[in-house]
Amino acid sequence: MDGGPADEFRVRFDGVHLRRGERSVFDGLSCGFARAKINVVLGGSGAGKTTLLRLIGGLSRSDSGSVYVADEDVTHLSERQLFRTRSRIGMLFQGGALLDSMTIFENVALPLREHTQLSESEIAAEVSRRLDAVGLPGTESLYPRQLSGGMNRRAALARTIVTDPEIVLCDEPFSGLDPINVRRIEALLVDLNRRLGLTMIITSHHLASALRMADRIVFLVDGRAIAGTPEDLLRSTDQRVLEFLSADSDGPDPTRRSAPAAASAGHA
Amino acid sequence: MKSNSISDLGFGTLGLVGHLGRVALFLGHIGRVTVQRPYRIRRLVNEVFDAGVLSLAIVCLSGATVGAVLGLQGYTTLSRFGAAGSLGAVVGLSLVRELGPVLTALLVTGRAGSAMAAEIASMVTTGQIDGLRMMSIDPVDFVVAPKALAMLFVLPMLSALFTSFGFFGGYVVGVELLGLDGGTYLSSMEGSIDFQDDVAQSLVKSLVFAALVGTIATYRGFHAEPTSAGVSAATTGTVVVASLSILLFDYVITALWSV
Repeated sequence: MDGGPADEFRVRFDGVHLRRGERSVFDGLSCGFARAKINVVLGGSGAGKTTLLRLIGGLSRSDSGSVYVADEDVTHLSERQLFRTRSRIGMLFQGGALLDSMTIFENVALPLREHTQLSESEIAAEVSRRLDAVGLPGTESLYPRQLSGGMNRRAALARTIVTDPEIVLCDEPFSGLDPINVRRIEALLVDLNRRLGLTMIITSHHLASALRMADRIVFLVDGRAIAGTPEDLLRSTDQRVLEFLSADSDGPDPTRRSAPAAASAGHA
Repeated sequence: MKSNSISDLGFGTLGLVGHLGRVALFLGHIGRVTVQRPYRIRRLVNEVFDAGVLSLAIVCLSGATVGAVLGLQGYTTLSRFGAAGSLGAVVGLSLVRELGPVLTALLVTGRAGSAMAAEIASMVTTGQIDGLRMMSIDPVDFVVAPKALAMLFVLPMLSALFTSFGFFGGYVVGVELLGLDGGTYLSSMEGSIDFQDDVAQSLVKSLVFAALVGTIATYRGFHAEPTSAGVSAATTGTVVVASLSILLFDYVITALWSV
């Protein structure tokens, strides 16, 4: 089911092992994430989806194996060396991780103030443009606590993309959101990928969204990966994949139930 | 049984040494980012406001109360020996040498130190610290150093305020309520306090306590478990460890100063 030459992968895992206490999270995980594509990571709770993103960002370390980001092995880099690698990466955390002591403007402006020589007026214009893009105009002076969960997620997305990173990691961007906000964030991510050619790695439980937007799916199971296109996933005869798909389509969420049909009707 | 005790002691000692090593590295990191650009003056000013200005009321009120109690107790005791005229010296020396720096440090630990630890720990829990790392911003530089540094500015000033309000509290009780002569109170105080022995010692103690509180609060917060229990443990741990350290170092500095 896996495929694609290694040089097409902007991010690559090679034989990664990771244990948390008695539990094995990754047991020789090897997979790749395609350049300028939307890569969706699926898997049950505890499959290691968030950990996978943390390994890419260097926020966690593996026990053995290598994680390559833009052909650089990040597993043994120091925190200071990682700062250089992370300048290529934007990460949208599940809870947004906006600084709650700062306004939305200050949050989105922060990476620009820290890493660019832009003037304050240029920064203000850029922040305003990004907030418009995520559908949050006029929220500059508000604090994160004054916004809803979905709005926080979108503000965090504006901060993630404000420096135009070449790789964007999104941790469960749809969790806890209503269907309208799911569609809105989904459209934003697809637009960013198609327009700017960003390499996106998105973890999700949301099968319908995954099948609609993914160019490539990495399915985590038993500490390893099964990877391929969404069509490959739907055609898979692997019992573990089938169980995941059937459990999801049997669920109470009507948007999820329609996913395979929508996907087979010809998604991106 | 015996070998178990010995191995426990060994592991305990190794753990303590490792812990102290990590604190030293953390302190070194704070020192390094403090002298490197960018200088985060605005964040430092905000932290001085949070730790200092917001502690003003509690410090001034406590200072006046402690001074008043010292005035009352001192007058009663000194009167037995016919030495009520030395009340100014007793109040002044007690406050400048011991009570001012120690009680201020304990108050600031409870008010500002615990708040610092809780804020940083909740930033760890909500992923804000990781968020900064992913933006290639050093969280020790951006969050920790301004807080720890603010303590060095705030504590000596608050200690001076505590002492001044203590003088005032002692004066009100000794002179206004108990009828001691105001000139005697002030001249006794002025004549007994020496700058090098008393005021300088007080300042050194404040600076050492500030470094202790700032380091312990930020270290505990920064290394908190990312759970609500972790936030709680960081806060209570800060108050307990910092308070004990203040009392221990108070003895050490006093003893060294007396040599």
